[in-house]
Amino acid sequence: MTATTLRRGRLSGRLIVVSLGAPAAPLALLLLVREPNLQVLITLGSVFLTCLVVGGFALSRLLTTRYHLTAERLELSSGLLFRSRHSVPPHRVRSVDVTASPLQRLLGLATLRIDTGDQGRGLRLDGLTAADAADLRRLILGWRATGPVTADDGLLCELDRSWLRYAPLTVWGVGAVLAAAGGVYRTLHQMKIDPLSLGVVQDLVRRFGSVPPWYGLLLAALALIALGAACSTLTFIENWSGYELRRAEGGVLRVRRGLLATRSVSMEESRLRGVELVEPIPLRWAGGAKLDAVTSGLGDRDENRRRRLLTPPLPRAAALRVAGQVLAAEGLTPIADGGRSGPIAAEGLTPIAGEGLLGRVGLASHPRAALRRRVNRALIAAALVAGVLAGLGLWLGQAFVTAGWITGLALAAVLTAFAWDAYRTLGHGMRGRHLVMAYGTFARRTVVLRQDGIIGWTITRSPFQRRNGLLTLGATTAAGDGVYKVRDVSVDQGLKLADAAVPALLAPFVEGPR
Amino acid sequence: MNDLRLRPPRNRVARRSIGWWSAQAAVFALPLPLTFGILWASIPPTRELFLWFTLVSLVPGLLYVAVMPYWRYRVHRWEVTGEAVYSASGWLWQQWRVVPLSRVQTVDTLRGPLQQLFGLSGVSVTTASSSAVRIKGLDREVGDELVAYLTSRTHAVPGDAA
Repeated sequence: MTATTLRRGRLSGRLIVVSLGAPAAPLALLLLVREPNLQVLITLGSVFLTCLVVGGFALSRLLTTRYHLTAERLELSSGLLFRSRHSVPPHRVRSVDVTASPLQRLLGLATLRIDTGDQGRGLRLDGLTAADAADLRRLILGWRATGPVTADDGLLCELDRSWLRYAPLTVWGVGAVLAAAGGVYRTLHQMKIDPLSLGVVQDLVRRFGSVPPWYGLLLAALALIALGAACSTLTFIENWSGYELRRAEGGVLRVRRGLLATRSVSMEESRLRGVELVEPIPLRWAGGAKLDAVTSGLGDRDENRRRRLLTPPLPRAAALRVAGQVLAAEGLTPIADGGRSGPIAAEGLTPIAGEGLLGRVGLASHPRAALRRRVNRALIAAALVAGVLAGLGLWLGQAFVTAGWITGLALAAVLTAFAWDAYRTLGHGMRGRHLVMAYGTFARRTVVLRQDGIIGWTITRSPFQRRNGLLTLGATTAAGDGVYKVRDVSVDQGLKLADAAVPALLAPFVEGPR
Repeated sequence: MNDLRLRPPRNRVARRSIGWWSAQAAVFALPLPLTFGILWASIPPTRELFLWFTLVSLVPGLLYVAVMPYWRYRVHRWEVTGEAVYSASGWLWQQWRVVPLSRVQTVDTLRGPLQQLFGLSGVSVTTASSSAVRIKGLDREVGDELVAYLTSRTHAVPGDAA
C-alpha cells in the first residue's frame, strides 16, 4: 500500500477485562459454594465453558481487530477463524457516531459506528478508548471533507428539565411494569418457587381479601399506574439526559442523548423526507408532543423506528419550532440518491414556521362517512366484547350476562367518544412543497412529507369504503415506514390531492371532468 | 360529488389465473373440513358433533373457493405506460398502485410452484420504498416481455431512484 497512513490502531487493551471477567464469574461462584455436589459442578462447569468461549471470542476480536485510515480508504480487519475485511472509500461514509453502553462507560470505552449508506449495518469498531473514538471520528469526518468541520454553532434544541413533567405520560410504563412482573414470575417459576405460595404474598392476598373487591381493584390499579409512571420517568431520565439536537458538519442532523448508555444518531439532511409529530392522548391532554424524523438511511425498519427520534416529549410549541428548524434546510438540499449533496451553511437558514406546517388550522376535513366508519368500528368492538361476556353467561350464569350488558354499554360510549375524536383528528392538505396528513385514534400523528420524496401511490378501498365513496391514499416513500396514508378521503378529494402532490403521475389513470 | 374516478388498468391477467387462485384457495380452505370429515367417518360416537364441525367449516370454505377466484379475476389488472406501472389487485379489499418508472430499482420475476403448474408468472417491481408492486397471474410470455420492457425502460428514464 503506497498511500499515506493517516492513522492506524486497534481496540483498547481494557477490553481484556471483559474477556477475562466472563469466565472468572462462575469460578468465583464455585469458590462460594461450600459443598459442591455433582449437579452444581455440572451447571457451573457448563456456564464456565460458555463464558470461556464468549471470552475467547472477545479476546480474539481484541487481538485481531485493526483499523487503518489512509488518504484513499478506511480499512477494518478482524477475526481469527472467520477473517473479515472491510474497506470504505471516503465518499461512501455517510456519518460517524460515537456511542457507549453502560459497561463501556465504566471502562472509559466507546463504539464507533460508521454509516456507509447501504442497507447493511455499516462498520463498527466496538471497544475503542473514548478519546481514540472521538479522535478517529474527527479524522474521518475531516478526511471525508464534506463541508467545514465546524463544531458547535448549529444547536437546534437541548434538554429543558421542565420537560420531565411529560415523562410519566408515556403510556407504556404500565406495560413495562407488567412485563417485568411477568419476567420475575417466570424466573421464580423456573427455579421451582411458586411466588403465589410465598409467605409475603399469601399474607398480602389475605389482607387484600379483607377490603371490598372494588376498593382492592381500585388500589391495585392506582399502584400499577404509579409504578408505571415512575418507570417511565426513570426511562425518560436514562434515555434523554444530556439530549441535544444539532445541525452538524457535513449536512447532518445529530441527536445525542443518554445517561448511562450514550447514544448518538446522525441523520443526513439530504435523506430527510419530512417529520412526524406524535401526540399520544395523555401527552396531548398535557399540551405535549414528540417529533420524529421521516428519513431513510437509518438501517432496517426496526432500527429506523428506534433511531428516528428527534426530540423527547416536550411542549407542542417547542416541537413545532424544532420541526421548522429541521425542515428549514430542505429547500437547499436536493434528495440524495447515492451521490452526495453539498454542505449546508447553518447560518443562512431561515426557519419555516412549524405551526404553519404542522398546525391543524386549514387542514381539509374528511367526509362524514369517515366518521361513520370509525363509529361502526367502535360499536362492533363494544358489541364483540359484550357478546363474548354474554355468551359466557349462557354457560356460567346470569351474572356474566349482566356484566356483558354493562361493559358493552360503557365501552360503546367510551369508544364512540374515541371514534369522534379520531374523526376530528383526520385532516390533509398541501402546504408549500409538503403533503400534510393527520390521523390516529390513541395517538394523533401529523406527518409532513416532501413532495419529491413521494415515489408512488397506493390506493386501498375496503367494501365499506367502496360503498361510501371513500378511499385511503398511501404515499410510498423510501423513508420511515415506507407508506404514509391519508385515510378515508372521498374519491374526488383523494385523487385531487394525489395530483397536487405529484403532478402527472396519477393523472393518466383518472377519469372524469377536468 | 364524486367527479373524478380511478379507471381500471387496461390489461387483464391471464384467464388461467382463475384456476391458480382456485387451487390456492382449495389448499387453504379444504384441509380443515377434510380433517373433520375423516374424524366424522372414523369415530362413530362423536358423529353428531363432527357432522356440525364439518359443515360449519366446509360451507364458508366452498364459498371462498367458488367466489374469490372469479372476483379476483374481475379486479386484477395491470398497465404499463411510458412513465409508470399501474396495477389493481384484491377482491373484498382492493388496491391500486402506481409507480413511476423513474423510481424503479429492480424488476423481478416470481414463479411459485403452483403458478408454474398453471404456466403463469408474476412480476415484482421494487422501488426504494419497502413495498413492491406485484403483478401476479400473467401469462408466462407476457410476463417475460413485461420484465424485459421494464428493465430497458428503467435504464432509459432519467431521474433518481431515491
